[in-house]
Amino acid sequence: MTIAEMEKPNERGLQQVAANERLTFFGLTLPYLLMVTALIVIPVGWLFYLSFIGRDGSLSFENYERMMKSKAYIRIFLTTFKISILTTIICAAIGYPLAYFMSQLSRKWANICMIGVLIPFWTSLLVRTYAWLVLLQKKGLLNNMAIEMGLISEPIKIVHNTTGTLIGMVHIMLPFLILPLYANMRAIDKDTLKAASSLGATPTRAFWTVFFPLSLPGLLAGLLIVFVLCLGFYVTPAILGGGRVIMAAMKISSNIELYFSWGAASALGVVLLVVTGIILFIASKLVSMDQLGNR
Amino acid sequence: MNETSLNISIREVTKKYDQFYALKDVSLEINSGEFMTLLGPSGSGKTTLLMVLAGFTNPDYGSVKFGDEEVILKPPHLRGIGMVFQNYALFPHMTVEQNVGYPQKLRGVSAAETKRSVEEALSTVKLEGLGHRGINELSGGQRQRVALARAIVFKPKILLMDEPLSALDKKLREEMQIELRQLHDTLNMTTVYVTHDQKEALTMSDRITVINDGELMQLGTPNEIYEHPNNHFIADFIGESSLLPVAVRNGKASLNGEEITLAEKTEKSGDFLLVVRPEKAFLADKKVKGSNYFMGKLIDSIFQGESQLLVVKLNSDDDDEQEVRVRVPNESVTQKALPLVGENVTIGLKVADSYVVS
Repeated sequence: MTIAEMEKPNERGLQQVAANERLTFFGLTLPYLLMVTALIVIPVGWLFYLSFIGRDGSLSFENYERMMKSKAYIRIFLTTFKISILTTIICAAIGYPLAYFMSQLSRKWANICMIGVLIPFWTSLLVRTYAWLVLLQKKGLLNNMAIEMGLISEPIKIVHNTTGTLIGMVHIMLPFLILPLYANMRAIDKDTLKAASSLGATPTRAFWTVFFPLSLPGLLAGLLIVFVLCLGFYVTPAILGGGRVIMAAMKISSNIELYFSWGAASALGVVLLVVTGIILFIASKLVSMDQLGNR
Repeated sequence: MNETSLNISIREVTKKYDQFYALKDVSLEINSGEFMTLLGPSGSGKTTLLMVLAGFTNPDYGSVKFGDEEVILKPPHLRGIGMVFQNYALFPHMTVEQNVGYPQKLRGVSAAETKRSVEEALSTVKLEGLGHRGINELSGGQRQRVALARAIVFKPKILLMDEPLSALDKKLREEMQIELRQLHDTLNMTTVYVTHDQKEALTMSDRITVINDGELMQLGTPNEIYEHPNNHFIADFIGESSLLPVAVRNGKASLNGEEITLAEKTEKSGDFLLVVRPEKAFLADKKVKGSNYFMGKLIDSIFQGESQLLVVKLNSDDDDEQEVRVRVPNESVTQKALPLVGENVTIGLKVADSYVVS
C-alpha cells in the first residue's frame, strides 16, 4: 500500500463530524422552512394563480386589465404611494435628528431615550391608532385645548383625512426608522469627526462631509423598511382615514369582503408584491454599493 | 522660530474630573521643531494633555500658546494642527486620495494644487500609486501612512500623534519608529508624540516628558531619563530595573548591612532605592575594586535570543525578596558556561553605575 492509499489519521471520523454539523443546522432551520413553505410560498403561489382567473372561472388577464383602466384603481395606487412617500419623508425628518442626538449621548442616557422610542413600539397598534382618534377628533383633546386657549374658534379637521392618517402612520413607523439608523450612527468612529475637525472642518462641514455619508446605509435601511411597511399598511389608514384615504391594502380587503372578488384582490396583491420586490432590489443595490465603498 | 514649526508653551494646565486630577498644574515648554514625547502608563494624563493641545478637551484652567498666540479658547478646527489618531480615524467612505486631499479641500486649495500636494504627501509616506485605493483595501501599516499623509499634507506647524503605532505588529512598529523620526527630521515640524512604550520614546524623541497621575515627573533627553531617573517611578517605568533598598547614614550607604559605594556621594541620610539595570549588572568571578558586589542564588535563567536573562535572589536577612535581573549578552557560542539554576552567584555593579533614587 502506498501512502496515498493509506487512510489519513481520523479522516473518516472528522468527515462524520462535519456531516453531523450540517445535519444539525438543517434540523434547526427545518421548522422555519416548513412554516415559510406552508404559510408564504404556497399561499402566494395560490394568490398568483387566482389573479389570473376571471369572473367566469377561466384563465384571463381581466383582473390586471381592469386595474390598468379603472380610474379608481389608479387613484388608489397614487394614494398608496403618496401616503407611503410622505410618511417616509416625515419619519426621516423627525427620526434622523433624534437618532443623531441619541448617538451623541452617553450609553446610559441613550438607553433611556431608546426606551422612550420602544415603549410605543411595544404597545398594540390598534390601541395606539384609536388613541390618536381620541386625541385628534372634532371634540377630541387637541381641538378642545386649542379652543380653550383661544388659538382657534372652530374645531379643525385633523382626522378622517390625509393629515390624520399621516400623523398616525408616522407615529407607528418612527421606531422602524430610528432603530437601524441609531445602530449605524453608534458604530461610526467618533474619532473620524475629531479628525475632520483637526484637519480644519467646522462642525457643520464635518457633519455633512463625514458623519452624514457614513450614516447613509442606516438611513437607507430605515427608509426602506418604513416605505415597504407603509405600502401594505391597513389598520391605521382605515381608522384614521375614515374611508377617505383608501390604500391598496384596504381595496384588497373590500374586494374580498364586499365583492367576494378573489381574482381582483389577488391581482392587487401581486402588483403590490412586485412593486415591493422592485424597490427592495433597487435599494439592496444602493446599500450594498454604498457598503462596498464603506468597509 | 522658523517657518515650518512653532514652539508650544503650556502653563498651569489643570483638568479635574470629580475628585480625580487628569492633569495637575502641568507647565511645559516644547521647542520649535522638537520631537517631544509624552510618556506615561495608561491613565497617566498624557492623552488628556494631547487632547488639550488639539482642542478636544478643555482644561479647567491653564494656558496653551502656539508661538505667541494663545489657543486655549480656540476650537480645534481653527488651531491648524496635524493630528494622527490611535485608530487612524480615516474616512472609510473616501479613497486614499480623497482622505489626504480633505484638509486641502477645506482650505479652498485649487484642484491642481491639491493633486500635487496629495501626491507629494503620499510619496513622503511611501504610498505612491495607491491614491485610488479604498481604505478597506489597505493593510494596517498602509492605513497608518495614509493617516500620516493626511496630517502633513497642509504643512501644519505642529503635528500631534496619539499612540499611532500601537496597533501595528512589533517588526513594523520598529520600522515605523525610525521612519517617523526621519520624516520629522525632513519636515521639521514641532511634533508631540504620545506613547506608553518606553522603548519607542527612547528611540524617537529629542526630549521625553514622563507623566504620571496627571503630573509631570521628569523632562529630559532619552539619555538623561534612562541614565538619571529622578525618582523610583521613572527608574521602574523606564527599562527593566531592579530596585534595592539602600540605607544612607552619615554619608555611608549600605545594602543588607553591607557597605556599598555610590556613584555620587549622598549627604542626606535616609532610605533610598538602588537602581540596578540588567545590562549593567554582571556575573563576577572575583571581586575587583571599583565595583559593588552582591551574593545571591540563581532562581531562573531565561533564553531570550540575543541575551540570557538571569534572575538572582539576593541573600538577605529581610523577609522581603530582593531580586536582581542580570542580562548576559549572547556573544558567542564558545562563551563560558552560565551558572545553573540553584547555584550561588556573585553579581557585580560598577560604582559608576550605582546610583540611588528616592
